[in-house]
Amino acid sequence: MNGSGIWRAPDLSLRWWPVFLRNLLVWRKLAVPNLVGNIAEPLMWLVAFGYGMGALVGQVQLGGTRVPYILFLASGSICMSAMNAASFEALYSAFSRMHVQKTWDGIMNAPVNLDNVVLAEMLWAAFKAMFSVTAILVVMLALGISDSPKLLVAWPVLLGAGITFSCIALIFNALAKGYDFFTYYFTLFLTPTMFLSGVFFPRDQLPAALRLFSDWLPLTNAVELVRPMFMDQWPATPWRHALVLAASTVAAFWLALALTRRRFRA
Amino acid sequence: MSEPIFDVRDLTKRYGGTPVVQKLSFGIARGECLGVIGPNGAGKTTTIRMCLGLTAPDGGSISYFPDGAAPLSMPRDALAIKAQLGVVSQFDTLDPDFTCAENLLVYGRYFGMRGAAIQARIPQLLEFAALSHKAQARPAELSGGMRRRLSLARALVNDPRLLLLDEPTTGLDPQARHLMWERLQLLLQRGKSILLTTHFMDEAERLCSRLLVIDHGRKIAEGRPRDLIAEHLEPDVVEAYGQGALALAQAPLARLAARVEVSGETVFFYTHDARPLLEALSERPQLRTLHRPANLEDLFLKLTGRQIREEG
Repeated sequence: MNGSGIWRAPDLSLRWWPVFLRNLLVWRKLAVPNLVGNIAEPLMWLVAFGYGMGALVGQVQLGGTRVPYILFLASGSICMSAMNAASFEALYSAFSRMHVQKTWDGIMNAPVNLDNVVLAEMLWAAFKAMFSVTAILVVMLALGISDSPKLLVAWPVLLGAGITFSCIALIFNALAKGYDFFTYYFTLFLTPTMFLSGVFFPRDQLPAALRLFSDWLPLTNAVELVRPMFMDQWPATPWRHALVLAASTVAAFWLALALTRRRFRA
Repeated sequence: MSEPIFDVRDLTKRYGGTPVVQKLSFGIARGECLGVIGPNGAGKTTTIRMCLGLTAPDGGSISYFPDGAAPLSMPRDALAIKAQLGVVSQFDTLDPDFTCAENLLVYGRYFGMRGAAIQARIPQLLEFAALSHKAQARPAELSGGMRRRLSLARALVNDPRLLLLDEPTTGLDPQARHLMWERLQLLLQRGKSILLTTHFMDEAERLCSRLLVIDHGRKIAEGRPRDLIAEHLEPDVVEAYGQGALALAQAPLARLAARVEVSGETVFFYTHDARPLLEALSERPQLRTLHRPANLEDLFLKLTGRQIREEG
């Protein structure tokens, strides 16, 4: 805790690992129901929209090529799943540990500082997102939606997206007075994000101003990176998207840390 | 003071301009139990938080003296100091999803201990907490006293030299409290040092070799419990209550006492010799009287007042 003020540089070390391990041990006890919950919902979206709407829509015009709607949707919705899984964990579950169970307070009585606890929660939420994403990917492969070898690259990109959304969610975790607060985040931020980021329909359909705005949404950039890989292509501007995601991650983590320090008066 | 293990000098903390702790100084000797008592909002918990490096002080110093090594300073060396501390906080922070044994295992890892080393300690820690038969139970299945003892066992996982205990027996029944006291005395006999905050004066008197009384963030008294009582109070107290008791405070017999206090429906006479007062009171059979030696509670109330605190 050198320096002062909530904006001081993060003081991070490997002390986050036992905290991450703690969450892993709890989760292991509940892994099966967790798994069902994590995969069932995104798959229902995929089946209902992909096959149902897909039959109506047929193919989607994307750049110069036409893509089956189910492939379009699958590649977008997997990014959405990463976002949702990370957000749920970094909001509801992290808040339970931080505020309700006071687990964080107990941990900080041991030689682990707040910065490392926040880092552990961030990485844990990203891990949960990656777990969901992996399970969904396996099912998508089994359904034959895509068999692109580039999915191996999409996988770490999705982990990166999980990290980004964990960091953003932790900002709201730091501000929350109770669980109700998270409803705002989900309805006012995540739901619009979902519709503006080209998950369900191409962003060409958006009015020009909204489209310009949506260029900067983290989910848009994740989708733009992942979607071509589902079609066995490389993204046209990978660095631009990676940079937007990386910059949002760093900014969000710093802000989340500062607000959490303020909350803990640390 | 012989061989300090912990030393706090001129500790100061303000929240939004309001001073919460002001120029507070105290030390803890090796093997000593120092009690910190004070009304709610006196600054006890903030002081403990600063001692743990959880809150940065606005002024003053906090030093820890390891065995045969250079002194460490909070908050700079927070992690090194906390590696040698055991903490039981006011509210249990046990993991509800883990069994007692798992709680100890997971907590030991926060100290960087290896799994095997912790596993080897778990049976003796559970035995110390009288929880050997509950190794596989979860905190929700334990009584309040058991949970507090599990918290104490958890604080001992790293074999600390100094324990910081924030109201460790609040909310416990007398049996559970006595068992906790017994365990804490055992730890003192083993050479551990303890910093204890409490609202129970009998607890403070029983466990603490020295007391620090704080109010409004300042130290208002410090010393051995018996010495403090002798220094600030007359040795005897006669309490009188019942019909007409309050009028006694102004009655001529009040002059038989060195000092008179009224609280609610009870009059407290503080005196060096209770006999004449008791004789005078015996002529008023409608009154109920209680004669007892002055105790820490009297001292506490004299120093910090009888009014209820806002935060209480």
